[in-house]
Amino acid sequence: MFACIYIPNFAVAAALRAEPELQAHPLAIFEGKPPLEKIIAVDENAGKLGIAAGMTKAQAELCPALALRPRSVWQEYSAHAALLDCAQSFSPVVEAAACDTALLDLRGLESLFGSFSRISRAISGRAVALGLNANVAVAANPDAALLAARGFPGSTIIPAGREAEQLGSLPVGVLFSDRLEGEARKSADAFLETLHRWGIQTLRALAALPEVALSERLGQPGLRLQQLARGAASRTLVQVEAPLVFEEAVELEHPIVLLEPLAFLLNRLLDQLCARLASRALSTQELRLTLELSNYTGMEDNWESAGIPSESDTSDQAIGKSSRAMWGQPPKPALSEVEGAARRSETPRLAGRQTKFTRSLRLPLPMLDARVFLKLLQLDLQAHPPGAPIVKIHLSAEPARLRSAQGGLFLPPSPEPEKLELTLARIAGIVGEQKVGALELLDTHHPGGFRMRRFVAEVARKVPQKNTPDSEQAQSAVTALRRFRPPLRAHVTLESGQPARIVCLKKKEAQGEVLWKAGPWRFSGDWWERDAWARDEWDLALKNGESVSFYRLVHDLLGGAWFLEGMYD
Amino acid sequence: MLAVLAAATRRGEFCALIDASDALNPQSAAAARVDLDRFLWVRCGEDDPRRRGDAGNTHSKRQNAGNWMKFHNRDTAETRLEQVLRATDLLLESGGFGLIVLDLAGVPQQSARRIPLATWFRFRRAVEHKPTILLVLEQQPIAGSCSSLLLQLGVLSTHSELTPKGSAVRPAHAQLLAALEINVELVRSRWERKPARSVRFETKSAWAG
Repeated sequence: MFACIYIPNFAVAAALRAEPELQAHPLAIFEGKPPLEKIIAVDENAGKLGIAAGMTKAQAELCPALALRPRSVWQEYSAHAALLDCAQSFSPVVEAAACDTALLDLRGLESLFGSFSRISRAISGRAVALGLNANVAVAANPDAALLAARGFPGSTIIPAGREAEQLGSLPVGVLFSDRLEGEARKSADAFLETLHRWGIQTLRALAALPEVALSERLGQPGLRLQQLARGAASRTLVQVEAPLVFEEAVELEHPIVLLEPLAFLLNRLLDQLCARLASRALSTQELRLTLELSNYTGMEDNWESAGIPSESDTSDQAIGKSSRAMWGQPPKPALSEVEGAARRSETPRLAGRQTKFTRSLRLPLPMLDARVFLKLLQLDLQAHPPGAPIVKIHLSAEPARLRSAQGGLFLPPSPEPEKLELTLARIAGIVGEQKVGALELLDTHHPGGFRMRRFVAEVARKVPQKNTPDSEQAQSAVTALRRFRPPLRAHVTLESGQPARIVCLKKKEAQGEVLWKAGPWRFSGDWWERDAWARDEWDLALKNGESVSFYRLVHDLLGGAWFLEGMYD
Repeated sequence: MLAVLAAATRRGEFCALIDASDALNPQSAAAARVDLDRFLWVRCGEDDPRRRGDAGNTHSKRQNAGNWMKFHNRDTAETRLEQVLRATDLLLESGGFGLIVLDLAGVPQQSARRIPLATWFRFRRAVEHKPTILLVLEQQPIAGSCSSLLLQLGVLSTHSELTPKGSAVRPAHAQLLAALEINVELVRSRWERKPARSVRFETKSAWAG
């Protein structure tokens, strides 16, 4: 058995997938260059208002309730990819028959998904989850399934041997895709016109025509159409290997400059991406956000008045300065701006040079949570604003296998990776990106020989407790040094080449006679580099009130200065 | 502190240190055998992103001279404290850590005392029913009755002779800071109503073997 997933009115479906809130409005899709834009597709509500394909955009605009959207190749590309994801989440043998049609082989899937009616319902449900309202038909051959999906709304099951009977009531128009163009469209129209002249309206009437007579008049294509009408055509699927590319994009009619409307759109794109990844049982470890920016000098004056400092990430520093100001401003009505940007289709596209702004979000572990992704992107964009109005948003996800982890009952708790990633991003926003993470010691004797790396909460591994001498030694406390960052400049009085008295202006308790000293311990390194270092270290005891404090004093042999580097604790 | 962190990471717990004065010495942590893979270090300090953003260009400085001066006039300790408290809130909310250490030892007492008592109550509520220990290092007790256990630590002396009398003074290069003697006094405990007790132990320097 074969199933066909068909998206009726594909251009409208792609637009509705990108903007689900338009489902309540009459919608028309137009195409062409101004002023010759024409309506190419309308939804049911728009049809009731008298809007039809072929009208000019100016005519359609007379209807005030109508939402007009330009045809978007990106939206249709994403909808097609989602359609294939839906099909491939059920069967590995999938044919992309057209941009709005996918055929899949269901042989052997009953044991996995149940009966064919259950499979067709599951396919419909998955398509809805991906933002597509699809017709699903199951039949014994691919073409019968295709015709049934084109002709019958919802889910249809055609038992084997009853194809002609079930398909008979369909109009002959379903034999041809409504998205044919050019010569194919002309040829299809010619066929249909001929059939109409003969009084053939349905597939049953076409199937009943004598084969020889039909062959004499329409040739082999006519016989092929008759076989299709009888549901008797048989062929194998042309399997398509859909690449694992997960991309979503939205083009804006009106540029947006605030973070909130951008977050609104990102949320929608992330939901779509995550639904597609989930349908393929995948997650992602890297998200790439590309924003196309528009430089519009007319808005610069307003931004200047915002008066908040900026730091541009784009090549155009002047625009970067002013635009970042808006990103730091309190939110204005965000949704209204998005809707306004989308609905005011008559607004001319802003002229100016476009630049691209790219941010990459690498995750320590594969994740699949749109809300977490959105928050991480928001935090990232707050720290690195794009610096100019945005006219296009492109979001792609690098697929990765789903994380399989199971916590143990007797293992210590560990932070949830998603929560932890959000927390770390928020803390990085407070203290700085390089100031939070895990420690990594470098293979050097330099006192600053460490670096910060990403903190990853792996699944806790229970460490066995061994009562070995080594572990007992490990449990004994170590004298720790509390570092002063940066080191404190000290004035040192020497006696016999050794520190005898210290004055530190920045730390009043760290001054006075040296009660005890050990050293010098000489260190040097990197003499082959520009940043060579050489130093003498002293351990000192200074009187601090009634107690004694121990410090590390450092003499920079290259610079000659003395520093208090830390205090022993 | 490092001994507590090492013990917690040895048990397989994840630990976090919120370092108000960026004072941790990584080599000391490694010498104390803290499992660095399970140890999150939050370094608070003057590298506030908001300041870095403001310092971007001359245009910004001109536009925001007022704000910039305000930032400079603010006590850096207060900025650090603000960072510490916000980071602590986030980590407590995140959960999953066995031990969270707030190192306020380098913060001036006047600033540390300005932390409202409500903050400590909030922290206590956050860890009350969780397997998380919140350890606060401070110069003076500031958490009040919110703390379940109050310990006072102090350095007593060193094994090296500080002021040798009647014996020949050894040269500096023959001396070694081998160990510190620490006195720990149990000041208050929520669970035990016993008089204050104290205990002494030694901390060995990493190079003393």
